[in-house]
Amino acid sequence: MHLSETVNTGFYFLAPWLVLAPVIGLLINAIFGKNFSERAVGTVASLASGAAFVVSALLAYSVAINHGHAVSVPFAEWIHIGDLRLDWTFRVDSLSTTMMLVVSGVGTLIHIYAIGYMHEDVRFKHEEGRFTRFFIFLNLFIAAMMILVSGDSYLMLFVGWEGVGLSSFLLIGFWYEMDTLARPSWANSNAAKKAFITNRVGDFGFLMAGFLMFWHLGSFQFDEVFAVAPAIAHDSPWVIVAITLFMLVGVAGKSAQIPLYIWLPDAMAGPTPVSALIHAATMVTAGVYLVTRSAPLYSLVPEAQYIVAMVGAGTALFAATIAVGQYDIKKVLAYSTISQLGFMVAAVGMGAYVAGMFHLITHAFFKALLFLSAGSVILGLERGHHAHAHHAHHDEKPKGKHKKDEHGQHGGHDDHGEVFDPGDMRNMGGLRKTMPVTFWLYMIGTLALAGIFPFAGFWSKDEILLDAKLHFTSVYWQLSIAAFFTAFYMGRQVWMVFFGEARTDAAKHAEESPKVMTVPLMVLAALSVAGGALNLPFKGFHQLGHWLEYTLGKVEFPPFDLGVALISTGLALSAILISWLLYGRNPLKEGQIDPLKKPLGFVFTGMENKWFVDEGYGVLILTPFKKASQFLADVIDWRFWHDFVHDTVIAGTYNWLSDVVLSRYADQKGIDTFFNSWGDFTKWLSGNVRRIQNGFVRSYALSVLLGVVLILGYLIFK
Amino acid sequence: MSSELIVFLVLSLVAIATALGMLFSQNAVYSALFLVLNFVTVAVFYLLLGAPFIAMSQITVYAGAIMVLFLFVIMLLGAENLAPSKNLPWQKPLARLLSVILAVEAIYLLFSRARTDLAVTAPDASLNTMDSLRDMAMSLFNQYLLPFEVTSILLLVAMVGAIVLTRQEKGGK
Amino acid sequence: MVPVDYYIALSAILFTIGTLGVLSRRNPLIIFMSIELMLNAANLAFVAFASVYQTFSGQIFVFFVIAVAAAEVAVGLALIVEIFKTRKNINIDEMNSLKG
Repeated sequence: MHLSETVNTGFYFLAPWLVLAPVIGLLINAIFGKNFSERAVGTVASLASGAAFVVSALLAYSVAINHGHAVSVPFAEWIHIGDLRLDWTFRVDSLSTTMMLVVSGVGTLIHIYAIGYMHEDVRFKHEEGRFTRFFIFLNLFIAAMMILVSGDSYLMLFVGWEGVGLSSFLLIGFWYEMDTLARPSWANSNAAKKAFITNRVGDFGFLMAGFLMFWHLGSFQFDEVFAVAPAIAHDSPWVIVAITLFMLVGVAGKSAQIPLYIWLPDAMAGPTPVSALIHAATMVTAGVYLVTRSAPLYSLVPEAQYIVAMVGAGTALFAATIAVGQYDIKKVLAYSTISQLGFMVAAVGMGAYVAGMFHLITHAFFKALLFLSAGSVILGLERGHHAHAHHAHHDEKPKGKHKKDEHGQHGGHDDHGEVFDPGDMRNMGGLRKTMPVTFWLYMIGTLALAGIFPFAGFWSKDEILLDAKLHFTSVYWQLSIAAFFTAFYMGRQVWMVFFGEARTDAAKHAEESPKVMTVPLMVLAALSVAGGALNLPFKGFHQLGHWLEYTLGKVEFPPFDLGVALISTGLALSAILISWLLYGRNPLKEGQIDPLKKPLGFVFTGMENKWFVDEGYGVLILTPFKKASQFLADVIDWRFWHDFVHDTVIAGTYNWLSDVVLSRYADQKGIDTFFNSWGDFTKWLSGNVRRIQNGFVRSYALSVLLGVVLILGYLIFK
Repeated sequence: MSSELIVFLVLSLVAIATALGMLFSQNAVYSALFLVLNFVTVAVFYLLLGAPFIAMSQITVYAGAIMVLFLFVIMLLGAENLAPSKNLPWQKPLARLLSVILAVEAIYLLFSRARTDLAVTAPDASLNTMDSLRDMAMSLFNQYLLPFEVTSILLLVAMVGAIVLTRQEKGGK
Repeated sequence: MVPVDYYIALSAILFTIGTLGVLSRRNPLIIFMSIELMLNAANLAFVAFASVYQTFSGQIFVFFVIAVAAAEVAVGLALIVEIFKTRKNINIDEMNSLKG
């Protein structure tokens, strides 16, 4: 929290390019994209994102050589009203540069991956024209996310917050006129609306926090807020409690915590790179960033911290149990993301900001890896499905060439009977052999997520658990159980997807993905393996911790606890073992029900159905809401307001007034009489006056003389 | 009382008398002749005011040409006398009343206003006649050349108009 | 030495007599002559003022008035002759077709 003295060295002046680069990229694609090849569009977008990464790296370097001085880079004037000055200023410090690096780094890799992914996705959905649009939205997201992490006030953060919300909405609803299986339906757009509306609830919390902050603390600017906060906390602590708790509502919305997490699983309707970038690696961690950024506020109110930690831990455990019962490969990862976000929120809630940020970074690596690999799997299956289907129909013809013609003739692949779901894990199996690269990448991601030594997830998760053990025992146990479930559902997924025998023809004929997709994955895999080195918990290391200390102030580094590490590793390994016993030893057969279903019974049914939370929301909120709306619409609006007030009272009165009062009395009796009399008078007058016009020139001349005499008289007596 | 003033007073009496004679003569021929006399006295006034050229123009154009034209028309039409009219019985008294008022107003105005800003001295009698005539010609053909030419066109148009108006249609009634 | 006022007064009296002639006579020829008398009265005022101000503009104006009067008389008398030819009468009270 060193505020900017003037720092001369460094590349701070580049800060605006964090936002400008992706904006330029999206403008180029938006304006010229129609004439570009897919490769050019992808390259432009990736370069824009890559430029943001380079700028982030240069900014991080500048922070490093200036010993962590936080620098504010003013960019544009925004609102000036009297003394109130709200400007767009970039804040460059160790925390924001960390987020910039993660966002732009992972973002760039995903951009590159998306070139390959979307190339096929748009073809499977017969909408080649949307390729450009996807990259425009993706660049828009990067720009908004950069505004979010680089703003130096809560207001700019909120601008970015809404910007990413918008890009998320656009990208979830990217295939807005179909469902996830490309059948015509509004399912995807409904998912987008659900995400957007749920986030509105969270934004309401954020806005309330902002209003309170401005009212009581008098500013949105981070440093100013943090400067006055201790005094306010001393005088009226409820203000800070209210601000932090309202902020928690915002965090729960954006970072998918209980009770607002419900939008994230549905958000998987978006294309897989979107799920990886926005709904796993970056946007959903905005809440964690917000809490970390607001650390000086949260540290003033332990009650709020406790609630944040409990929400995080509860979410971690709750979502992990749901993940166990899911069949869709992306849904499993979605609930896993919610669960891992719970870990992070719990960590920052406990005040373990470094641990939370650390997990945020490693999670960005391995969850992006997992999602992208899942995307690779889904496309692999899709390819296998198409190749097989066409092979069967046109045995003699080479397959690849005719895919397109075939779609042209039949207008879709529904002509193969029942719709095939390439994301359902029950349709997979044995992909280890057909998609070896993806398999190994997925394995690395799984081990990292499960927290197996020495992968990145082990170190970051361990640090959270260690902090939890030291501060909140109940949180520690919840997180440990969640970690057990994490390892279990990941094990279940890997066994079901990659081992055993292929359960469908599509899985049998699945094809490996091209290099443009696998190379970014390899980079992410390398980061997932080595990411732990960022912040090794041994004396002399803690690099990330010391780096963030510049921003967060003094950080306490608990010594490495072998017991915690052993317990978590043990839990993870035993969970993987159990999953092997259930899913690995006897691989799932085609059409077989889940082996957990029998022993767990209704509990598994609950997991399968997400603990009926959506239904609960339906009964508790949506149905009453709809009833109330119905009542308002039918009774209040239509019957009372429209029929009674408008038709009877207003229109009736008006008719009576106009017909009886105005028309009959005022108009006919009053106005008409007056003007008719006036007309009669005029007629009478003119009838008399016309006699003056007697035709005698002499008398006319006399009139002239009269005029002259009068005028002269006037001049005399004037 | 200078001789000039005496001349003026006598001539103005003559002018007013001839004007009234023009007004009240029953015979139009007499009216015209009274008017000729009036014009001649006015020409003498012009001479007294040092405007010999205007005086000559007055006698040649007005007293000569125009009034001869009048007499010619009167005699041509035989419109010397008109029967008294029954129309507009109030016209004549009213006209007289208004005229008197007008005269009073005009004289009052002239004497009240003009006296304040006019050098009410007599016209400069030492004006050299030949010089003033030359100067006036210079002024007329330099400063007022365009109005002069326009006037000549006007006279031409009037001449043509008079001819057209009185022309006998060929083969007409 | 005759004060200019006297000329002006004479001019006003002649003008009034001309006005009276226009208003009270019914013979258009006499009305016409009265108009000429009014013009003369105005001319007299012009020349009187011109001699006071020692300028020729007034005289030149009178010269133009005389020229225009000549034109006017030519056209006016032509009109009267024409009217007489069509109506065999020049009583101005007979010409009341403008009556409303």
